[in-house]
Amino acid sequence: MADTRTFEIYRYNPDVDAKPSMKTYEVELDGSERMLLDALFKLKKQDESISFRRSCREGVCGSDAMNINGKNGLACLTNMLTLPQKITLRPLPGLPVVRDLIVDMSQFFKQYHSIKPYIVNETVPPEKERLQSQEDREELNGLYECILCACCSTSCPSFWWNPDKFVGPAGLLAAYRFVADSRDHDTASRLDNLEDPYRLFRCHTIMNCVDVCPKGLNPTRAIGKLKEMLVKRTA
Amino acid sequence: MALAVHKYDAVVIGAGGAGMRCSLQLARAGLRVAVLSKVFPTRSHTVAAQGGIGASLGNMEEDNWHYHFYDTVKGSDWLGDQDAIEFMCREAPKVVYELEHMGMPFDRNPDGTIYQRPFGGHSAKYGEKPVPRACAAADRTGHAMLHTLYQQNVKSNTTFFVEWMALDIIRDADGDAVGVTALEMETGEVSIFHAKCVLFATGGAGRIFAASTNAFINTGDGLGMAARAGIPLEDMEFWQFHPTGVHNAGVLLTEGCRGEGAILRNKQGERFMERYAPKLKDLAPRDFISRCMDQEIKEGRGCGPNGDYIELDLTHLGGETIMKRLPSVHEIGKNFANVDVIKQAIPVVPTIHYQMGGIPTSIHGQVVVPKGDNPSSVVNGLYAIGECSCVSVHGANRLGTNSLLDLLVFGRAAGNHLIETALSSKAFKPLPANAADFSLSRIAKLDNSTSGEYPQDVANDLRKAMQLHAGVFRTQKTMDEGVVKVLAIAERAESLALKDKSKVFNTARIEALEVANLMESAKATMVSAAARKESRGAHTVDDYGDTEAHPLGRNDDEWLKHTLWFSEGNRLAYKPVNMKPLTVDSIPLAKRTF
Repeated sequence: MADTRTFEIYRYNPDVDAKPSMKTYEVELDGSERMLLDALFKLKKQDESISFRRSCREGVCGSDAMNINGKNGLACLTNMLTLPQKITLRPLPGLPVVRDLIVDMSQFFKQYHSIKPYIVNETVPPEKERLQSQEDREELNGLYECILCACCSTSCPSFWWNPDKFVGPAGLLAAYRFVADSRDHDTASRLDNLEDPYRLFRCHTIMNCVDVCPKGLNPTRAIGKLKEMLVKRTA
Repeated sequence: MALAVHKYDAVVIGAGGAGMRCSLQLARAGLRVAVLSKVFPTRSHTVAAQGGIGASLGNMEEDNWHYHFYDTVKGSDWLGDQDAIEFMCREAPKVVYELEHMGMPFDRNPDGTIYQRPFGGHSAKYGEKPVPRACAAADRTGHAMLHTLYQQNVKSNTTFFVEWMALDIIRDADGDAVGVTALEMETGEVSIFHAKCVLFATGGAGRIFAASTNAFINTGDGLGMAARAGIPLEDMEFWQFHPTGVHNAGVLLTEGCRGEGAILRNKQGERFMERYAPKLKDLAPRDFISRCMDQEIKEGRGCGPNGDYIELDLTHLGGETIMKRLPSVHEIGKNFANVDVIKQAIPVVPTIHYQMGGIPTSIHGQVVVPKGDNPSSVVNGLYAIGECSCVSVHGANRLGTNSLLDLLVFGRAAGNHLIETALSSKAFKPLPANAADFSLSRIAKLDNSTSGEYPQDVANDLRKAMQLHAGVFRTQKTMDEGVVKVLAIAERAESLALKDKSKVFNTARIEALEVANLMESAKATMVSAAARKESRGAHTVDDYGDTEAHPLGRNDDEWLKHTLWFSEGNRLAYKPVNMKPLTVDSIPLAKRTF
């Protein structure tokens, strides 16, 4: 079954290009390309200079996030049947472009690191595991599964305007993941760390993050919980 | 032009579970440690592990490390070294508890302890019945573990060099490892890492096969580097086929499905594993199940219009259990097979999953090579852990959940060994004058190429050949033909053409460099396989079937030994299996039934 698709791809190689441009490619697919990533490999065979990140090809490593026809997503989880004849691919918005579809994610990870993304519990650990009830464990569902692909943060206007000051949905989801963990003892300082006009409160519940998350997570809900805790604490 | 030189106490290559467990140990001890990774650490392939971490916590049913030890030795078809296996199984509970203390979001039992599920080949009372031993975080155990380890490394200020590809080991005139060369992807420039110790945690080479559960990054880089530096690769003929890769997609469905009660059915709807393994049934080890599936297909009981797959049936588990314990399996079914596993069985086939062999090491992770009469002489300054290494705890067939365990136990052990011995006593040895010449010449060859083949065409031909000649069922003839074919393909890989000569994040250039590593891994596999004239574990050869002298084709008189393959001259050597555990009695050789 011949299926010709038109790809319009953001191209920029600082070694050779003075400025970025959109380039158009026609690709003949044979039906074996289930996902967009499969089609991209075919395209790369036509022009090996097209650069993008990829690894697990099953939506768990978070490498191949890109902007697909205007919406952020993972190439490996985007079924070709869901895409129109013409496919426009751009790098994730709001981050500096290194080359083609590859962005510099430093700012994104800086914000992730800023929320102290690790458990804090200074009590002497028991010989065996720390016990946690099933109910307490369930609090972590929908939080710990994040793959740090950055689809959410780079679809968030608040993150676009203030990537240095606003933690962004991915970082805040992680912040709440530790607040919500019954084994973590650092809630007070975690909340202190978010109490300023930007870090948390720049979220205006636009909810693009929820719309694009390839893992079906809900950062807005986590952000809401954090806001609620801060407000309660002040009251 | 002088290259930049980075100086660290230890350089860890690879930021998967093994590399980050080790770097954590080093960073906590206050050492200067650099971790190089081709991808951001949480994108390493450990992230894709689903089912669990094997440890005899006994949280749900009575269990102890002796049972785990027995299962692992038997699972390995007696090729595993019993000292290493004892060490791993005894350490298992400790490393799991530590991981929990680091914040790992394990599932829980009603009493608050870590949830454990049954897994293939794991039994109570020496093979009597399956036992829940796999410590699990839903079916995202690898993801949860990798993120937890990364988080702890952030806390301990480990220095990461993200998107750096190691190219070659630097060995001095004494043969000691004194550093590595590495390529920074973003700039395309090569640097030298000068170190007291170099540790490889580079993962497997699953991408030498056409159909693989492995990520694209699993190109055997550590194996290639070791082979080029004159270090042999051990037991590379042993590759695990995971029974349940999604038909036509290769994506893994965890053995945890069967741990939770899923069953395999042939086209008659029969639960055929009852016939082959009356005790463990669908929870027999992977090599065994994969062969049974293949047998069913061969004998015309495969499912589908072409009779070429088996069905994995989860429907009787119920939506609630599936969404709670196996949510990713549900997601994968939907995305990669258009199947709702709550309502329908999902088509699966045995799919290449794991490399049992690798760089030979001691139980401290030190790389060991034959020297004179000593089959295991230490290479100073060089360590290897995880899937790229062969210690050997997995022997001829790995048990599910022992891979994540391997990463934790030997990551920690190698870290401790580095701290206690190598680093406390040893100063930096000087770099040889020509330290980077070899790597630079390999790159220059690509950069100056004007004619030659497209690297991915050569790599794809290799993958097809490996699939055909080193598959689930092997014959002496197909393996012998495979050797000729693979060596010819490796020859072609000597003249690749790179069209794009730019430097900044040139993925074509990086992939072309990976091809060299694929070739070494594939040659090691094919040559070692053709030479082993018996059936053992994952290496099943039609020519060596079940006889009275050699039950199930296993020939202990001649082949109870580890293979060592040297790149130079495609030379093979052998070394004995260590049948002597550290403190307990040896598990004696026996016919392997389940």
